[in-house]
Amino acid sequence: MTDLLDFWIEHLPSLLDGLWVSLAVTGASLAFGIPLGLVLALAVQGKSKILRSLAITVVEVGRGAPALILLQFVYFGLPNAGLALDSFPSAVIALAWCTGAYTSEIIRAGLEAVPHGQREAATAIGLTGLDALRFVVLPQALRVSVPALLGFAILMLQASSLCFAIALPELVSQAYLIGSTTFRYMAILVLAGLLYAAICIPATIAVAALERRLGKHA
Amino acid sequence: MTADMFWTLASGVPWTIGLTAVSLLIGVLLGIPLCALRMSRILALNLAAQAVILTLRAIPPIVWLFFIFFGLGSSVIELSPFQAGAVGLGLITAANMAEIYRGAMTAIHPGQWEAAHALGFTTWHRFADVIAPQLFRVALPTAAGYAIGLLKDTAIASTIGVAEVAFQASHVSQRSFRGLDVYAFAGLLYILLSLPIAWAARWADLHLRARVAR
Repeated sequence: MTDLLDFWIEHLPSLLDGLWVSLAVTGASLAFGIPLGLVLALAVQGKSKILRSLAITVVEVGRGAPALILLQFVYFGLPNAGLALDSFPSAVIALAWCTGAYTSEIIRAGLEAVPHGQREAATAIGLTGLDALRFVVLPQALRVSVPALLGFAILMLQASSLCFAIALPELVSQAYLIGSTTFRYMAILVLAGLLYAAICIPATIAVAALERRLGKHA
Repeated sequence: MTADMFWTLASGVPWTIGLTAVSLLIGVLLGIPLCALRMSRILALNLAAQAVILTLRAIPPIVWLFFIFFGLGSSVIELSPFQAGAVGLGLITAANMAEIYRGAMTAIHPGQWEAAHALGFTTWHRFADVIAPQLFRVALPTAAGYAIGLLKDTAIASTIGVAEVAFQASHVSQRSFRGLDVYAFAGLLYILLSLPIAWAARWADLHLRARVAR
């Protein structure tokens, strides 16, 4: 047992380095992906036919293809098209694409939850379309979407573990590296799992509690 | 894309379908007792089931697969990549199915329990003949959505060497240096594979949904 603890203490710093990279990738993907999701949600509902079909394609591919394939497509595929990127930007592009596709559906559900009278009232008091969206519809729609978006953010942290496949030194890559040099896969993977659980379990419980609280006033 | 590359990628399809089917089967079956424990009135059982479900869902699938394949594989029990993938994804599916069943349970009218009780059904018959048939119908759309997600998650098993589509894709792309079209085709393959599941689910939902008491 003390042997295991010594092993963990020895390797915890490099796992924490990996966790930091995981969190950075997740944060960056969400920071680019959620605004993309908003744009896609608006484009899917928009009047322009070309924009609409383009947005639907982006969403369906982002949701239909596995995140692992998106990552490998960006990292191993785009160099063929003359765009060679490091693993971090590749990961952010692929996961932001995935985030945009999924969150566009979440935000669209939020937009649909805003009563139609709100738009009519906004038009009636003379707001332009953009102002109605910005000051009346979006604040309400995003509030409805918040629990689902937070739940998705937790899934995204888990999805960042797939960046192992494109040689990004995140948590799983670090654990695998230590495992392959010490041959103590079990011990190091348990520690990696505990680190994920230490973030994801409290976050899941908190999101569920928030959802219940918001649901009460709906 | 040459014909040779096409067939190599296509050779992964049976593995992808097989892994999805086996994991789904494990999850659908194992989810039932897990859901029962989760809804148990005995606090210890309830908390234990909650802990299992939370843990299975909180740790990324790739960590579970590595843990089972490399961790358990190097010290406890040696599994083939396919077996390790099926066990790992099956357990994660079980946790998710337990939550799906639990959600569906709330959609069943309390009168159904009461009526079965009034008719003098035993606990087993009440569940097997009255509740379960409706439960599965209510759970079907959500479960089908999860199955499509699972199909995509099987791509993760390529990291432990299951010869499915994503594995073949990385193999072919490394050999041919044509990642762009290879991965684009692999992505398309997953989308195409998920379409029949979506259609089947919609069809089944239309035909079964009518038979849930409200």
